[in-house]
Amino acid sequence: MGTTELRGEIEDFNYAYADALDCGRLTEWPTYFTEDGFYCIRSRENADAGLPVGLVYCEGMAMLLDRIDALIHTAMFEPRYYRHMISNTRVLGVEGGVIRSESNYMLLETLIDQNTKILQAGKYVDEFVKVDGKLKLKSRDCIYDSLIVQTALIYPV
Amino acid sequence: MDDAAPRLRNDTDFRWPEQGLQVIPDWIYTSEEILNRERERIFKGHVWNFVGLEAEIPKAGDFKRSHIGDIGVIVSRAEDGSIHVFENRCAHRGAEICRRHNGSNAEFVCPYHQWTYGLDGSLKAVPFRRGVGKKGGMPGDFKMEEHGLTRLSVTTHRGVIFASYASDMESIPEYLGAEVLKDFEATFDGRKLKILGYYRNLIPGNWKMYHENLKDPYHATLLHSYLVVFNLMVAGQKSTMTVDPTGRHGSMGSAKGDQVDETDTSQMRAYRSDMRLRDPRIVDFVKEFDSPWSVTMLTIWPNMIVQRELNTLGTRQIVPRGPNEFELNWTMFGYEGDDEAMTRHRLRQGNLMGPSGFLGLEDNEAIKFVQDGLRHSTPEHGTLALGGTEEGTTQHLITEAAIRSMYRHYRGVMEL
Repeated sequence: MGTTELRGEIEDFNYAYADALDCGRLTEWPTYFTEDGFYCIRSRENADAGLPVGLVYCEGMAMLLDRIDALIHTAMFEPRYYRHMISNTRVLGVEGGVIRSESNYMLLETLIDQNTKILQAGKYVDEFVKVDGKLKLKSRDCIYDSLIVQTALIYPV
Repeated sequence: MDDAAPRLRNDTDFRWPEQGLQVIPDWIYTSEEILNRERERIFKGHVWNFVGLEAEIPKAGDFKRSHIGDIGVIVSRAEDGSIHVFENRCAHRGAEICRRHNGSNAEFVCPYHQWTYGLDGSLKAVPFRRGVGKKGGMPGDFKMEEHGLTRLSVTTHRGVIFASYASDMESIPEYLGAEVLKDFEATFDGRKLKILGYYRNLIPGNWKMYHENLKDPYHATLLHSYLVVFNLMVAGQKSTMTVDPTGRHGSMGSAKGDQVDETDTSQMRAYRSDMRLRDPRIVDFVKEFDSPWSVTMLTIWPNMIVQRELNTLGTRQIVPRGPNEFELNWTMFGYEGDDEAMTRHRLRQGNLMGPSGFLGLEDNEAIKFVQDGLRHSTPEHGTLALGGTEEGTTQHLITEAAIRSMYRHYRGVMEL
């Protein structure tokens, strides 16, 4: 498969991924990952300095599912809408069945009594594999430029 | 309010209500004038302010941009290894000299007119000081040594750096008091720190609320359902809310138990016996501290939090941004001897804290709700009656004693 087609496939993947989060279908989010999938939301400051700390740091499906369970059943936060804009998708390479790619993202947050604000501008650094012919994330590193997190980042990016 | 005539917003006489420490008036959270007094009397007063960790500036020339209250400072390590803290404000026109969170350099040069300072903040060079062709330049009596950056007193304890505008400060052990020092030294136990990364967070609330939240053991099992649902904290668990003799510092500690007492715990609305973590590693506790507590949250007056939540460790620096907002700068760390498995354990456990942490996000939200409530209502005062009038250290959770202790100290310093 050529990288143009692959890019199209990754874009379709990202649009579905974003739609699940933006529409609040949180339980769908872990299904975009492999069983051993890794997910991290890390500041550009930490990434540039080679520091590993993330706002969110999930190793494997059980942690992804636990995070969603906690958000749905235990977490207290005010209602909000998320809206993702994903663009500039590039396939960087394919090796041993692992597709490396990057995309930019912008995450808008709207609280019920405030104007919409940009919560994060950032970049997905991804590794995909195909499981039963479908793309799954083996790893998604969300590297955000917006170093100062405004109040709280509740949902996955 | 008891008064017959309702007061206008901002029309406050700053007299503490007659109920004393049973109440907290709204205006200490919302007034610009109070914040100005806090800057002078607290942050620039007789305190040690937390400014950074030695592990962040290990080599000569390393620096970190930091804050004391809302005042910008630079923390710098000089050629001889000594640490210096000075205001991040050029002695010439006031420009911020350092615009990066951290880095390394041989000298500090103001980008505006290239006034140059040494690593200790002293003025080293002024371009065209003698003018050009005998014209212009600084007056003949201009003394370089009188125009350095504003320098502060500095001390360190177990790798933690503190600075003060006061020149007659006691040592850190004396400043913290024996009991809080003990919990401080359980985390900073002499092992070298390894920096794991930063969070930066803006919280729309008054800076003092952050202290209050960590001197308020009452909220832990009520706001944080996660603790209850996943069995991290249960009713009747061994715990402490330690307060130093001055009332300003605190240490909230608890020991993770193995048994759930279903009778008492069922009072907590969140408790569900049907929910289990699929990956319980996040709440594992690897014993590595000389302390009876698996969790301690230290509130070190006026601007530092030390987090030891099981094995996830960090400092938080509180930076007021006006009365209604503050910045929280988190530095997460482990120890130099940690193997990869231990580092990953700390990183996984980090999901509990920070602005996306299961507990951290709720604290931030709750503080925002309080500030919004104070700003969008008739000015009043909050109730602080839990545990009656008791103050100081308590061994139970259902009390606001430590908050009253803090405000007794605060009122003295602020003359309120």
